[in-house]
Amino acid sequence: MKTKKYNYGTAILSAFEYLLEKYPEVFVIGQGLWSPWYVGNSMTDLEKKFGIERVIDTPVSESACTGAAVGASLAGMKPIVVHPRMDFMLYAMDAVVNQAAKWSHMLGGQAHPSVTIRSIINRGGEQGAQHSQALHAWFAHVPGLRVVMPSTVADARDLLIASVLCNDPVMYIDDRWLYDQEDELPPVVELDLASQKPVVSLTGSDITIVASGHSSLLAREAAQQLEIEKISVEVVDVRVLNPFYSEEIIESVKKTKNLLVVDSGWISGGFSAEVIAKVVEQLSVDCLSNPPVRIALPDAPAPTSRFLEKAYYTSTDDVVEAVKKIIGN
Amino acid sequence: MKNDLKGLYNPGKYQNPITIDIQDIGMLKKALGSMFLIRKVEQQLALGKKNGLIGGPVHLGAGQEAIAVGVSQNLKKTDRVFGTHRSHSHLLALNPDPYRLFAEVLGKVTGFSKGMGGSMHLYDKPNGFYGSAPIVAGLVSLAVGAAMASKLQKKDDIGVAYIGDGAIEEGVTHESFNLAKIQKAPVLFVIENNLFASHMHISLRQPSNMISRFAVAHDIPYKLVDGNDVVAVTKASKELVDDIRVGKGPSLIELVTYRWYGHVDWRDDVDVGVDRSLDDLNNWKARDPIARLSKAMIQAGVWSVEQEQLLEKEMDEKIYSAWNMAMNDPYPSPDSTLKYVYSELSK
Repeated sequence: MKTKKYNYGTAILSAFEYLLEKYPEVFVIGQGLWSPWYVGNSMTDLEKKFGIERVIDTPVSESACTGAAVGASLAGMKPIVVHPRMDFMLYAMDAVVNQAAKWSHMLGGQAHPSVTIRSIINRGGEQGAQHSQALHAWFAHVPGLRVVMPSTVADARDLLIASVLCNDPVMYIDDRWLYDQEDELPPVVELDLASQKPVVSLTGSDITIVASGHSSLLAREAAQQLEIEKISVEVVDVRVLNPFYSEEIIESVKKTKNLLVVDSGWISGGFSAEVIAKVVEQLSVDCLSNPPVRIALPDAPAPTSRFLEKAYYTSTDDVVEAVKKIIGN
Repeated sequence: MKNDLKGLYNPGKYQNPITIDIQDIGMLKKALGSMFLIRKVEQQLALGKKNGLIGGPVHLGAGQEAIAVGVSQNLKKTDRVFGTHRSHSHLLALNPDPYRLFAEVLGKVTGFSKGMGGSMHLYDKPNGFYGSAPIVAGLVSLAVGAAMASKLQKKDDIGVAYIGDGAIEEGVTHESFNLAKIQKAPVLFVIENNLFASHMHISLRQPSNMISRFAVAHDIPYKLVDGNDVVAVTKASKELVDDIRVGKGPSLIELVTYRWYGHVDWRDDVDVGVDRSLDDLNNWKARDPIARLSKAMIQAGVWSVEQEQLLEKEMDEKIYSAWNMAMNDPYPSPDSTLKYVYSELSK
């Protein structure tokens, strides 16, 4: 099959182009869309190609713009709202959590907000506590809201398209630390988001690492390093956090008998706990050779100073060390 | 508090029969019937709640009937109307079906929202009612978005956001006004200014009692009208709706009114302090939108006491039978709680 080279950012751009070309009911709304400053190379020149009526840069009104997208979706459109930092989106929680996520349920399944909310995690670079948060666990807690965290170039494109074509509200979360990845992609095949499950992105036999988004990239990098040391790692990429399907994880852990969860959110009350809970609920105690371990952010806001940042965020080496410690037990 | 509403704020004024044009007799009779239906539905719900037959909260709109009835005379079934916690009147003015409303309030599967929403989450899109929710400013932005969609779809359908004077105190309302104006969204903001947010009088919440001042701030055309005069509401909203439909952007209509019941359920709430003594309440009840229209029609010789008695009798029978039918209907099936979370389950 014919393939084309993309990086994570241009893969997202190609998804926007595909959707805007093929579906007249798709439009995009959010802050910074007519500026190259906010969204990397993931939306370049969309407004020039598709017009400022369909690619709408907005007033500084996260709440109204998100609500407007929800309302437009109820009137037959398929809007994509873009929040260049997840932190800014917190003004829009009513539209996301109270309205979009509950609309179908409270109206007896008669109406579905087919809105996609793209929020970007943008860590590092001394941006501090309010330009860096990874709040996917919050959203995964809300029934009715599908939560998508693509970690690969292919998923960045294909899951964005699947999110927009899905009839339910979707929180699509991408991480700027993923943008440098490159891959060759075949032409688009439209996926049904409701059928997307965790995937085994690397096969191994000694330990299962479960992760999503940027943490999945760390897991894959760690697995490659560990392979040199003859430790065989299986990586399960949780691409859709809500609704959360754990069958693939259970099957993997049954095989490797060791579990490490890597997550880009805070450790307490975080998604890593949900993964471990699902596993220990469904597997007998003697199935695991070692207690499950998780790596996530310490329970503190992101520090600003690069010296503190370096220690705060998880590195590939942290994942390698954690695996060795578990296996060495 | 500045009384920028002036006479409209005085319950002693505006108690006389309203001004009507007998040329509009068809519209007047329809409006009278529609307001009667809403009043009687609310009274039935008050009784049902008082008697313990209704589980959830009911926010009743008796006294405010002229607003939804007047505005809805200018709406099409393809318009996009969003309501609030107090939306029985908004829906009934579009679709006079007390049975499905009763069923919904009682949590029955035959209700407007299949028994999943109750009084505060009503849905009837075939008649233009997109939904209601009790986060008081929660749907203003949705109405703006539905209006933006109409523009993108090159239709002349409009968005309608019903909100109260309390919703203006939430930031998203101002964001929505601004967004609607800058996008030239075809949306009508209908402000039901009943002077109270829950138990709090507007003088305890805002420096002025006139909500239209925020239309001025956002350069949005507006009209300030007696909300208990169905003819005035109809005419003023028609002018605004006509302009919105031809692409002139958003408008706002502020309608001064007063609710007869308290914030929630059947009580009078005469203990909340400012402007809600029993005397205040009775004074405002004399500004009754139904009686003022009825008297005007009788004075003009196009309506009679006998006709009204007959109408009321028919209405009472309709309500009685709708209530009994709804009471006997089944609840949603046990699988409903999980069934409606997503549009489709995993394959």
